Amino acid sequence: MKILVPVKRVIDANIRVRVKADHTGVETANVKMAMNPFCEIAVEEALRIKQAGHAEEVIIVSAGPAKCPETIRAGLAMGADRGVHIETEAVLEPLAIAKMIKVIAEQESTDLVILGKQSIDDDNNQTGQMLAAIMQRPLGSYISKIERNDGGFAITREIDAGLEKLQITCPAVVTTDLRLNEPRYASLPNIMKAKKKPIQVTTPQQLGVNVTNRIEVVEVNTPPARDAGVMVASAAELVDKLRNEAKVI
Amino acid sequence: MRILVIAEHYKSGLAPATLNTVAAAAQVGGEIDVLIAGQDCAAITAAAAKIAGVRKVLVCDSASHANEITENTAALIKSLMDSRVDEYSHVMAPASTFGKALIPYTAALCDVQAISDISEVVDADTFVRPIYAGNALSRVKSLDAVKMITVRTTAFDLAEAESGGAEIENIDDAGATDQVQFVEQTLGSSERPELTSAKVVVSGGRGMQSGDNFPMLEKLADQLGGAVGASRAAVDAGFVPNEYQVGQTGKVVAPDLYVAVGISGAIQHLAGMKDSKVIVAINHDEEAPIFQVADYGWNEDLFVAVPALQAELEK
Ligand SMILES: Cc1cc2nc3c(=O)[nH]c(=O)nc-3n(C[C@H](O)[C@H](O)[C@H](O)COP(=O)(O)OP(=O)(O)OC[C@H]3O[C@@H](n4cnc5c(N)ncnc54)[C@H](O)[C@@H]3O)c2cc1C
Ligand SMILES: Nc1ncnc2c1ncn2[C@@H]1O[C@H](COP(=O)(O)O)[C@@H](O)[C@H]1O
Repeated sequence: MKILVPVKRVIDANIRVRVKADHTGVETANVKMAMNPFCEIAVEEALRIKQAGHAEEVIIVSAGPAKCPETIRAGLAMGADRGVHIETEAVLEPLAIAKMIKVIAEQESTDLVILGKQSIDDDNNQTGQMLAAIMQRPLGSYISKIERNDGGFAITREIDAGLEKLQITCPAVVTTDLRLNEPRYASLPNIMKAKKKPIQVTTPQQLGVNVTNRIEVVEVNTPPARDAGVMVASAAELVDKLRNEAKVI
Repeated sequence: MRILVIAEHYKSGLAPATLNTVAAAAQVGGEIDVLIAGQDCAAITAAAAKIAGVRKVLVCDSASHANEITENTAALIKSLMDSRVDEYSHVMAPASTFGKALIPYTAALCDVQAISDISEVVDADTFVRPIYAGNALSRVKSLDAVKMITVRTTAFDLAEAESGGAEIENIDDAGATDQVQFVEQTLGSSERPELTSAKVVVSGGRGMQSGDNFPMLEKLADQLGGAVGASRAAVDAGFVPNEYQVGQTGKVVAPDLYVAVGISGAIQHLAGMKDSKVIVAINHDEEAPIFQVADYGWNEDLFVAVPALQAELEK
């Protein structure tokens, strides 16, 4: 089995982002970047499946600008075998990304694609679902467990009401939720080894995918701040304020 | 212009999120049809027909929809879009795990770029949606012929659910995938109100120390007629199940009253609750960021504060 893991380079989850003065987006100059946390979980799961003897190769793919290979290297340092960089300066939307991943998945004949459920910058939560749709392969979204079996994969999904178990056939497309695993840290020797692992470079044009935007970002704004609150010192004071000032109980 | 709202429902009835989605659709303007994909869903269909402002309820009552299999619901919507060319300008569903899985899947089948989690309707093509865990609001315009959208339900009122009189039309099933077999669901059995539509939410974080201490919050929630939520740290530690998680990557809530107990206030948590009307924070660290968004902060050990609050409410 071959596993493909699409990863996205995003602003680090610990950074508090600021909207640009011209309202075209958020400030990205000199901001710490990292692999999207859900993608780290995806890489980790792929590696565990490989270590369990169910896969021979884990391939990382990322679409984006010239710095993207840094993020791919982070996945290679965790233990993935090789990378594919779809190089483009274009603003990418989930549908276009899904179309490009589909071409790679078909070229590589992968049996499983593991994506993050959501990128923490655009908060789209779309790409995996779109990929499953256009590949016509079964979707396991928001998984907290996956097991290889004769019929394909037994998965557990985190849904609003609790947990759901599905059996899906192979090849499949799944997206990771937070509780699937805890990603490993890359060790120093593995970081060194990763420098020698191959990253193939391609482009949307070479993949035959039109990445023209379907969505226009009109403007980006800072949300209104909440008014400053007050401190209370006792239960009586709190209950009094909730009853008589805020009138919510 | 006609909008297709995809109903979310449980075995027991229509999800309130469906009513918020109809309210969002009403702001877009135009006629509203509601699609129900389910099995033995006559009662749910009748309830949907009573939602104010709905023109027609389309119902597909079939074994393919006994469980919410994304592939099957998407195939049904796709066949509807193909057979009724140009009838629907918008397809909308709640931004729940149901809608978040379904809408992008369906959009890709229809070659549409979906728009996730809208919090405001500007006009029929333009919407506002939170990005970066709600630290920025993006105003986006769709250039696709059909708009496929999930709706942040807490940002819209509930459509009135009793005065409507929609027509009901049965539609053909589009079949079931053989790639996905439903096995089982393990659902939380809560007598409390549903988290995303509760008027009061009491949430616990890592400061609760153990799942054994959560009954304390349940009691408080019951006194206030509310639901119980949690931070990611509390869910990861196994104090409570995953469906309790509030935040950027969990549930978004906006109750009249949100009580955060032993929660530090990380941006990912704030993303799921900062639109609450009134926020109370109980934390023994006066520097905790949660106090910056709290209307009422109480710098106290939660094991002192929560029992005191219970006693005060009992008076
Ligand atoms: C990709 C990603 C997605 C995430 N999604 C979410 C999400 O959806 N929801 C979410 O909540 N988090 C999410 N997080 C995690 C988030 O960053 C924080 O780690 C998490 O919210 C912290 O939970 P907490 O406040 O319970 O724990 P902590 O940050 O450990 O805070 C515990 C608080 O309890 C207080 N405390 C301890 N003991 C007591 C006591 N006896 N009395 C009073 N106060 C006490 C402490 O002072 C502290 O402020 C996400 C993170 C990432 C990277
Ligand atoms: N530019 C990208 N390159 C590769 N994979 C991506 C890219 N953007 C998103 N993905 C994948 O899709 C997942 C969900 O992203 P999104 O749909 O944007 O929330 C991410 O966790 C990645 O696995």
